[in-house]
Amino acid sequence: MAMEKQNDLNNNYTDNNGSADSVLEQNFRVISPGRMVAKRFFKSKLSIAGLIMIILVFLFSFVGPLIVDATWGYKETQVFKIERNSDMVSKAEFYGPDGKLYTYYDKSQTLVVFKAPPSKDHWLGTDTSGFDIFTRLMYGGRISLVISFIVIFLETFIGIVLGGLSGYFGKWVDQLIMRIVDIFACLPGLPVLLVLSATINSIEGIPAEHRIYYLMAFLTLMGWTGVARIVRGQILMLREQEYMMAAETTGISALHRIFRHLVPNAMPQLIVNATLGLGGVILYESTLSYLGLGVPFPRAAWGSMIALADPSKGQEILANYPNMWVPAGILIVVTVLGFSFIGDGLRDAFDPRMKR
Amino acid sequence: MGLIDIFKRKKIEGVDDTMYLTLREERRISKENNKIIRKFEREKNRKNVPEEEYLTQMRDPSNVVEFEDLHTYFFTDVGTVKSVNGVSFDIPQGKIVGVVGESGCGKSVTSLSLMQLVQAPQGQIVKGSIRYQDSNGKCYEITKMPKDKMLKIRGKDIAMIFQEPMTSLNPVFKIGEQMDEVVLLHVEGSTPESAKARSIEMLKLVGIAMPEKVYNSYPHELSGGMRQRVMIAMALSCDPRLIIADEPTTALDVTIQAQILELLRDVKNRINGSIMLITHDLGVIAEMADYVVVMYAGRIIEKGTVREIFHDPKHPYTIGLMRSKPTGETRDNRLYSIKGQVPNPINMPDHCYFYNRCDKAMNVCSRDYPDMVDFSSTHCAACHLYYGEGLQEQNKGKE
Amino acid sequence: MWKYFLRRIALSLLILLGVSALIYLLSMLMPADYIDNQTYAALQSGAMTKEDVQRLKELYGLADKSFKGIVKSYLSWLKSTMSGDLGFSFLYGKPVTKVLSEYIWISFLIAFISYILQIIIGIPMGIKASVNQYSAYDYIVSVFAMMGTALPSFFLSALLMNVFAIKLGILPLQGLTTATKLFPPDAHFQILLDKAWHLVLPISVLTLLGVGGTMKFTRTNMLEVLNSDYIRTARAKGLSEHEVTYKHAFRNTMIPLVTSLSGMLPGLFGGAMITETVFAIPGIGYMALRATQQGDIPFIMGYNMFLSILTVLGMLISDIMYMVVDPRVKLS
Repeated sequence: MAMEKQNDLNNNYTDNNGSADSVLEQNFRVISPGRMVAKRFFKSKLSIAGLIMIILVFLFSFVGPLIVDATWGYKETQVFKIERNSDMVSKAEFYGPDGKLYTYYDKSQTLVVFKAPPSKDHWLGTDTSGFDIFTRLMYGGRISLVISFIVIFLETFIGIVLGGLSGYFGKWVDQLIMRIVDIFACLPGLPVLLVLSATINSIEGIPAEHRIYYLMAFLTLMGWTGVARIVRGQILMLREQEYMMAAETTGISALHRIFRHLVPNAMPQLIVNATLGLGGVILYESTLSYLGLGVPFPRAAWGSMIALADPSKGQEILANYPNMWVPAGILIVVTVLGFSFIGDGLRDAFDPRMKR
Repeated sequence: MGLIDIFKRKKIEGVDDTMYLTLREERRISKENNKIIRKFEREKNRKNVPEEEYLTQMRDPSNVVEFEDLHTYFFTDVGTVKSVNGVSFDIPQGKIVGVVGESGCGKSVTSLSLMQLVQAPQGQIVKGSIRYQDSNGKCYEITKMPKDKMLKIRGKDIAMIFQEPMTSLNPVFKIGEQMDEVVLLHVEGSTPESAKARSIEMLKLVGIAMPEKVYNSYPHELSGGMRQRVMIAMALSCDPRLIIADEPTTALDVTIQAQILELLRDVKNRINGSIMLITHDLGVIAEMADYVVVMYAGRIIEKGTVREIFHDPKHPYTIGLMRSKPTGETRDNRLYSIKGQVPNPINMPDHCYFYNRCDKAMNVCSRDYPDMVDFSSTHCAACHLYYGEGLQEQNKGKE
Repeated sequence: MWKYFLRRIALSLLILLGVSALIYLLSMLMPADYIDNQTYAALQSGAMTKEDVQRLKELYGLADKSFKGIVKSYLSWLKSTMSGDLGFSFLYGKPVTKVLSEYIWISFLIAFISYILQIIIGIPMGIKASVNQYSAYDYIVSVFAMMGTALPSFFLSALLMNVFAIKLGILPLQGLTTATKLFPPDAHFQILLDKAWHLVLPISVLTLLGVGGTMKFTRTNMLEVLNSDYIRTARAKGLSEHEVTYKHAFRNTMIPLVTSLSGMLPGLFGGAMITETVFAIPGIGYMALRATQQGDIPFIMGYNMFLSILTVLGMLISDIMYMVVDPRVKLS
């Protein structure tokens, strides 16, 4: 009730230029619509938490490497050979001829150069190839964030164009595009991405650095349908709106009408969709990297760092070297969670219906 | 609103500041709101409130409900909206009391306060009392009543009919289920069979031709008028002492409107209950009501019997309302409309709220809020025209 | 109504046709050397001849990579698929349909148990969160829900393995049976118990990953319903908050809930690639991942087609369920 009232007043007073009967109306002020959105966004503690998480991850991934480079001079693929003695104790039990149980210990020392434990110089130690883990985490974040932003940008672009065409022209264009959307939406995401990545990996003519571009293209290909559906839905909904009818009666051209009203109307939804999508792309990318089909070695990727702990390759790292894989996992969770928090906060802020 | 527009701050000519709140003000408002809301919610959520705390005495035992100095505020992000700001009126037994006013003047909030259904936590009854007398002559103070006790009054003694029959019925339950529910809940010793019999009887009472068929229908299978009849039947099923009809005909066709009103009056007589009829349609009031309460911006500006209000309106706003009603007699004139708009409910001024729209405004009107002036035992209005300084000023003007 | 369904089914078939063409094209992109790789050993040992290999390539249309050849081989593949023959898996040495029917059950079992757990845990949590919107409970549950969706399955699996299998040593690390234990062949119950023991972690992973989505979906829909007019009517009737929530509001929330949950049912047969692989559970997801890594083209195609069919089936089921649950849809 109260909300309704204020909306009325908002409309009434925006165009008020101090006519005779506005004495009363000037003694109050309302919140600007933009600030209303911002206010609703910041009202939720989760949105603020998400924003902080993402800012921290960004600083870590983009500013971090610069600082590391300046202080220690570590590079992404710099190999550190830190010699240390690793004690290996093997134990065997056997029954002696007297029937008693004897335990046999054998302590051997081996010289290890990789897999250094955390130290002052290498905060999280080094991994199986002797790379500095802390530094690699930064570079891994950078590649993940860059990939996700580019993919989401492309997805949104393709989605707007195709969804727009579909909704604007209708008829057979709509039918055709929507069937394509259906087909793409029906493709099983991960398996198809695996097939595509495996194909690219096996083609020898493609240099390893270029695989990332293909990876982004594939991720885009699997994700644009959502945006196309949103945009098309918006256009169809707009066509039904009374104010579009009103605009039509005033003789504004259809294209102008659609795009003048579409952009502002669909924008909040697209922003929310994109924000939530960023996390999804990061998850996909790290899954592919985990399987060795994403960001190619020796480039760092969070997924491939966790892959070191794959128990199929032996339990040693999973059990004894959490410093190698836990931080990468935490960073993925923090990043994806941060994007979800922001996306949810934005959705609630843009769409106050849910927040009464 | 466009994304870029969103972040623009619009200036108003002639006002030195922008029309928007500053961040600091916003923060202050939220902080205060939280404090107040928490206080009221804590009060409301107390358990095991002793009965003495909410038992009271009626001023006049012939009334079903008495509102006295009721204040219901909404603590919103832009400030406190005083939706109901000191409302006092009575609903006598067996009478129809019409509440009129423009949309947003607080009529619905008044009725929701009576039901304890004000949208919490923002909406709170801040001050005043609502007294309700049940059929045994016991009087309750609704504003202090605990939630669980209120459940026994809602739907049983006080029933409500809402404005939107299209959305007020639950779409996934059959009409029968929704009607039986009320009977089973409130009538002691009722069985599913007796409830069904009662529901069908009620459906017959509200003039539904095939009650069994409607009983087994889903809401979407019925027309708007039918649904409103169902709502009325549902409200009647426990013989309520008071029916609150919140704009019961606004959403309906004109032809159906008359039928529904006729029905309401008819059933009122049958159960000897009272009706609180909320509407902005003066025609409906003239047709139905015994007493009229005219509200403006959360306050009562005039009240009286329907005769007094229609034949001898005192407040300039009421006079304006009467003139803005099409009569069919004045062919030559255009329909009268009251200039301006209802003032913003936030930061209400100290003077008469109607001041800037009133064509009889005087100096004194911009100084104090007018007191209620009695014209008869039933008729009174809040206007400076009829007492003290204002009356003198008025007379001077005449000379 | 029947007309509507027939149209829906026709549309689904059309979509499947498109999907199959696309998947076929994708598989054609995969280098054919894989067949050579796979048949290399057989060729050496004399189990297969060069002609066999060539015939295999032709059979899967991998010999001719011109446009015309692809179209032709696609048509022949389509024809055999229609008759229920998805081809022959190199890696597993069996018809694809046989591999599918053998391995989907363990995947389904894991997925189904976690699906039930998601419903049992997620829905009540979502309802409670929506009723107490903005309370501490709501915040905690929302964060928990989003955590579930933000966790990569392989990371969660690794964490749980590290804690429960290695540190605490109370649950097995991988596999479906304990290799070091020998059971007498008639100890069915013990074998079953051993298997269940091995499934605890994978099921926990899938449940933790999915419960957040169910909870959030419930919460969002519940909030929407709780703000509607008929809930106000229900309150005005004098119903207690409990009845308002669980009878009136939840019955309405059920509509989207049942629709989406029933649509998920066919997908339960699809297997969880990553989780099954990490835990080395021989389910269909595990088999498919191995096949993908080894380039077992017939199996990849068969599996992807199978998944697409499940997706389409899920959409159909949720459409039908929508009509069953929502009384408003029946008439139109």
